[in-house]
Amino acid sequence: MTDTLLIGTRKGLAIVTRRDGAWAIDRMEFLGIPVVTVTTDPRDLAWYASLNHGHFGVKLHRSDDRGVTWTEIATPVYPAKPDGLVEMEPMGRREIPWSTEMAWVLAPGHADEPGVLWCGTIPGGLFRSADRGESWEIVDSLWRHETRPGWFGGGYDLPGIHSIAVDPRFGGRRVIIAISCGGVWITEDGGATWQVSTGMKAGFAPPEVSMVPHTQDPHCLSVCAADPDVVWVQHHSGIYKSTDAGRTFTEIADVAPSVFGFPVSAHPLDPDTAWFIPAVDDGCRVPVDGKMVVTRTRDGGQTFDQLSRGLPQEHAYDLIYRHGLDVDATGTRLAMGSTTGSLWISEDGGDVFSTITNYLPPISAVRFA
Amino acid sequence: MVRFTKNLQRYVECPPTEIADVPGGTVAQVLAAYFTQYENVRHYVLDDQGAARRHIAIFIGDHTIADRIHLSDPVGASDEIYVMQALSGG
Repeated sequence: MTDTLLIGTRKGLAIVTRRDGAWAIDRMEFLGIPVVTVTTDPRDLAWYASLNHGHFGVKLHRSDDRGVTWTEIATPVYPAKPDGLVEMEPMGRREIPWSTEMAWVLAPGHADEPGVLWCGTIPGGLFRSADRGESWEIVDSLWRHETRPGWFGGGYDLPGIHSIAVDPRFGGRRVIIAISCGGVWITEDGGATWQVSTGMKAGFAPPEVSMVPHTQDPHCLSVCAADPDVVWVQHHSGIYKSTDAGRTFTEIADVAPSVFGFPVSAHPLDPDTAWFIPAVDDGCRVPVDGKMVVTRTRDGGQTFDQLSRGLPQEHAYDLIYRHGLDVDATGTRLAMGSTTGSLWISEDGGDVFSTITNYLPPISAVRFA
Repeated sequence: MVRFTKNLQRYVECPPTEIADVPGGTVAQVLAAYFTQYENVRHYVLDDQGAARRHIAIFIGDHTIADRIHLSDPVGASDEIYVMQALSGG
């Protein structure tokens, strides 16, 4: 069981450790720089951080000594934009730049593919590295997919890939990704070809196009490691589950206090258990009635518990971003961090939470290391 | 001479450097010459397509460059190029 948390914040990377049974902030790396996301690689125990300098662009860093020292590695670079091509984001707000505006998610490759990393970016490019991030190649089949010009921004102005899950079966050939707003996509051949998932419904779109698969807004996707056929999605318009490895999704309705939210974490061992964090709705992104709660199903989505012990139950305005919730490899420890800088930990799957701090900068990512 | 904001010097080595005269040179050519000496500076200043990053300001002497996409503004032999942070983007 890991005793370290990596917390990506608006002002740096907080490293939080558990000592003598108490969790506390150990130190802050990259002080003053927004840390968009962090990940750890279970194969070689490397840590990766994605930075987004306000002025100087996206930068990726890797640590091979648990954060004592960091090395800047390559940033994904888009191919040369064809002369004369003008691509507007479908809502007409901005031209799509062929340039990495955010490295939104980093995911280790398959256990049998040492050194392979995947990176999802804004404005929608997926990149693969075969050398631990020393170099990157865009997944051309997806970037040049005929549906890609139809993807649009959600939250950010431009579309982006925020969830990547490499299936532990099939030697790394099967990967599932989620795009806001471009739907959920699966490759079975290591990225050569892609199929879009079906079954989700965009409540924000006119009825005539609400079921179009490639304009869905999955906020976050999480796969059960022990049973990868089970995939959970927190969608902009509700909660969804797949039992066929993400090919089709079924809505889970009427989850109190709300089906709106951003993160989801699947239990790594139990396919019937997953956690969500509700907010009122897309027009009011705060906890319902000012009460901070986590919703948890332990029966595959038939019923949900509202977990609130140890969380503020009045005047809470914390929102948890899509990478702001994590569960450890045993499914026992749960950690989450909010846009208001609160960081909570549970040692029993969410039954009881305790506060680590309320004073961090806005939190974008929480990961056990 | 090419000079960079001190805020960039925190992240990457980018000392003020005299660039040998590039006859008929443009901002793009002068910066390219600089990047041959300090390659890692390039992607802190330019985006994937070689344009100035949105929140980077490039001056020739006392005026900002006109062409932020292709960096085609001409640079005289005695001109100073300053690469600064825009006030936006923080």
